[in-house]
Amino acid sequence: MTTLFGSGIKRREDPRLITGTATYTDDIKLPGLTYAAILRSPYAHARITRVDVSAARAAPGVIAVYTGADIKDKVAPVPCAWNVPNCDLKIPAHPLLAHDKVRYVGDGVALVIAETRAQARDAIDLMDVDYDVLEGNVDPEKMTRAGAPQLHDDVPNNLAFTWVVAGGDANKAFDGAEVTVKERIVQQRVIPTAMECRAAVASYNKAMGQLTLWVTSQNPHIHRFLCSVMLQIPEHKIRVISPEVGGGFGSKIPAYPDEALVSFAAMDLGRPVKWAEDRSENFKTTIHGRDHIEYVELCGTKDGQITGLRTTVYAGMGAYASTAGPGIPTILHGLIYPGPYTIPNVLGTIRGVYTAGAPIDAYRGAGRPEASYLLERLMDVYARKIGMDPFELRRKNFIAKDKFPYTTCTGLTYDSGDYNIAMDKALTMIDVPAFRQEQAEAKKQGRRLGLGMVSYIEICGLGPSQVAGAVGFGGGLYDSAIVRVYPTGVVRVYIGAKPHGQGEETTFAQIVADEFGYPVENIEVLSGDTDNTAQGWGTYGSRSTAVCGSAVKIAAQRVKEKAKKIAAHLMEANEADLEWNDGKYSVRGSPDQAKTFAEVALMANLAWNMPAGVEPGLEATAFFDPSNFVYPFGTHICTVEVDEATGLVTVLRYIAVDDCGPLINPMIVEGQVHGGIVQGLGEALWEIAVYDESGQLLTGSMMDYAIPKASQIPHLETAHTHTPSPVNPLGIKGVGEAGTISSAACLVNAVVDALSDYGITHIDKPLTPSRVWAAIQSARQHGNGSANGNGAAIGTNGAVKENGR
Amino acid sequence: MKRSVILNVNRIARTVEVEPRSLLVHVLRDDLNLTGTHIGCDTSQCGACTVLIDGQAVKSCTQLAVQVEGMDITTIEGLAPSGALHPMQNAFWEKHGLQCGFCTPGMIMTAVDFLGSNPDPTDDEIRHAIEGNYCRCTGYQNIVLAIRTAAEVMRAQSAAGQPTSEPAGESTQRSPLPAAEPAGAGV
Repeated sequence: MTTLFGSGIKRREDPRLITGTATYTDDIKLPGLTYAAILRSPYAHARITRVDVSAARAAPGVIAVYTGADIKDKVAPVPCAWNVPNCDLKIPAHPLLAHDKVRYVGDGVALVIAETRAQARDAIDLMDVDYDVLEGNVDPEKMTRAGAPQLHDDVPNNLAFTWVVAGGDANKAFDGAEVTVKERIVQQRVIPTAMECRAAVASYNKAMGQLTLWVTSQNPHIHRFLCSVMLQIPEHKIRVISPEVGGGFGSKIPAYPDEALVSFAAMDLGRPVKWAEDRSENFKTTIHGRDHIEYVELCGTKDGQITGLRTTVYAGMGAYASTAGPGIPTILHGLIYPGPYTIPNVLGTIRGVYTAGAPIDAYRGAGRPEASYLLERLMDVYARKIGMDPFELRRKNFIAKDKFPYTTCTGLTYDSGDYNIAMDKALTMIDVPAFRQEQAEAKKQGRRLGLGMVSYIEICGLGPSQVAGAVGFGGGLYDSAIVRVYPTGVVRVYIGAKPHGQGEETTFAQIVADEFGYPVENIEVLSGDTDNTAQGWGTYGSRSTAVCGSAVKIAAQRVKEKAKKIAAHLMEANEADLEWNDGKYSVRGSPDQAKTFAEVALMANLAWNMPAGVEPGLEATAFFDPSNFVYPFGTHICTVEVDEATGLVTVLRYIAVDDCGPLINPMIVEGQVHGGIVQGLGEALWEIAVYDESGQLLTGSMMDYAIPKASQIPHLETAHTHTPSPVNPLGIKGVGEAGTISSAACLVNAVVDALSDYGITHIDKPLTPSRVWAAIQSARQHGNGSANGNGAAIGTNGAVKENGR
Repeated sequence: MKRSVILNVNRIARTVEVEPRSLLVHVLRDDLNLTGTHIGCDTSQCGACTVLIDGQAVKSCTQLAVQVEGMDITTIEGLAPSGALHPMQNAFWEKHGLQCGFCTPGMIMTAVDFLGSNPDPTDDEIRHAIEGNYCRCTGYQNIVLAIRTAAEVMRAQSAAGQPTSEPAGESTQRSPLPAAEPAGAGV
């Protein structure tokens, strides 16, 4: 029997998606449905002095209007679920609707419920709110300075926390270092921009006290728990259903005020309520990502042995601590600082800062792209300073393949790896010496080409629950699967993860099909409904296949063990004498005596003739908690052309070699890599959430916030190496975030390479034409000297609209 | 306030009561329950709401419902009337041209119209043709592959004299589908 593991079969979820028959949250209609709209603050920071909603209450079709004052004693604030330990983290209250102050443009002020969507929106325009406008700012460094506006009374200097990661003795390493390089790096705010905006539909059965909430969620069980906190009703009275979800990239992990508001209204009014944000609301209020201002330095020897990394990071939290917000720039960022290298000394000081902008939370990669970016930028600066080939510098510092499991100075234990093979493979896909020659020739003709590369690792497969608890994450990180075999032998698998584009309805079916010797058509994978799935923790952190997929495999194996007992009993054979071949149990030596899996399933479900002590039915539940994180890795290379006259960057080639262990479905893995790379290229070239000095969001629509278009992206060249992980039964490492973790640094390294003879060592992303052009002009004016004492590092951090297209 | 309009949607004439300000996309979704047409932005950038109007790909958020009375509107639900998949749908499935699926209906409608005017496009032409349709999941590579694959299939079908879903360009009525039934025949 051929196995399906490793086969790029077509996705089983696609028929509904290509025919328009999938059901996303905003597609749901219920009898008596009402519609919600939320009045949002137009100011970044202001005291609310008067709210007059009387005209809205009297408007046609309006059923109810609630202000912050109306509900503040009836609901609890939005909780933050990542209480990072060993620091002074302060989590200020985040009310569902602001009642004293608004703290970012988009903060909710009032909720209206009406008979139609249009009537709800019309009523918003009739509300009259007086604000005493205060100074607002979204710059995380400036917000810590004396005289900066004070956002929360109980958070002095807006400092959410100071968290330190230390391994070895970095200060000593720097004191005696032969070579030191440093940069100020801004990793701009970006907006996740899932194509489906957020939405929620709430329905309440008052007699039973039962709330059903359909919500755009990557983790329905987490939403059930956090909604129970906000609504102050017990968890078993809430059923959360996350139906089809149109992308998330982290933005549909957090609990938001909005789903609790519609739930509250549905309970209060006894009618179902729907809310669906529009894109401008999404850009203002759905979480943003990144937002670091970093002072970073690397030290080592003249011959390229890296000995230390030091950082000081101002990490924007936005106006409130979002669900996982504090854990992103700390646990998921600082601990991975050494990357794939044997850096023995690390010291990172991370300052989390509340700013008057949308909350910052997990965005594809979440903390790890920021770490990879700063390290890989510094590696290039270092290589150039000592005149070493950037590939060679990486190789010299790679953790050798015989050193795994490898414990870093920051305390992580990497599971497995062979970093050279990924680089070797990438170098077979491009002739670097030939490119260098082409680059030199092009330069003679006034054309500037550049080559960039990165080697990366990431923390994935989140992760052991014990570690989650130790690092303050308010949940477990195991996952679950129920494998249920029906009398006719067909199978349903209920999973705790919540795929939203990653294709696990297919890959998990492949796992089960292999176990049972079945065609994949006999297996259905269901997710998203807390009423029929066991507790799980959702889809993020490249964890679903490594963690939940392992639970699926274990549950299927348990089913098979039971099936084997029953088969042996039915054939009056010894269990030890049974063989499993071609989807059948047969008695060794007498192949005629056999039972197919389906035959056993029927007998198990009928239970006419069961072995003693064996329960009827054929199903199993498994919870899998991995023993460690998994650490995928890879090498990416890209080449670019930079137009000196305009600053326009064109990506010529992009080569990615990723190692995420064995591939269940190579076609799906490729898709994840493609999407991840392009999201990282978007961040490198075009995307930036621009707020003006007062905290007004200038990139508040798709006209202003530039996600990549098809015509701007080259054909991507991908390949894999396969180093299995020992921490889960599939050997899987996770791949959802890999592309994003590597591609931004890869692209910037290529552009800086193209411009390096100007003395340019760094340009802050996004590398819009205006930024690149300004860097060239500045370098020309300053000669090969420096704008900042260390070569010309150019970054703008201001309120300019510059999307470059 | 509301007025009655007859919309020919997926070959059926549907009478709906709409406000003059109602966008076609809202009427399709909210009044006709054709929720395969999605809304991804509010500035006509994303293309998730693309439908065919008289055979041409149009972002249905750019049209008032009252503007399109009498025109033939095809949504993703009506693309393959026989129940079999349109070659474009098949190609998106075969080539993994979708992940979360939210942009997919609009992307498919744009691609169907595009191949009507350019049955043998280069990758570069495909990439430019779908500039007005955003996808955040796939990085576009497999979408381009899917459209190229669909083009091959449709050219082969056309050469074999099979009724492809898209007639070659010249006809003024570019719709791949039969004309709508007379007004009033539907709901």
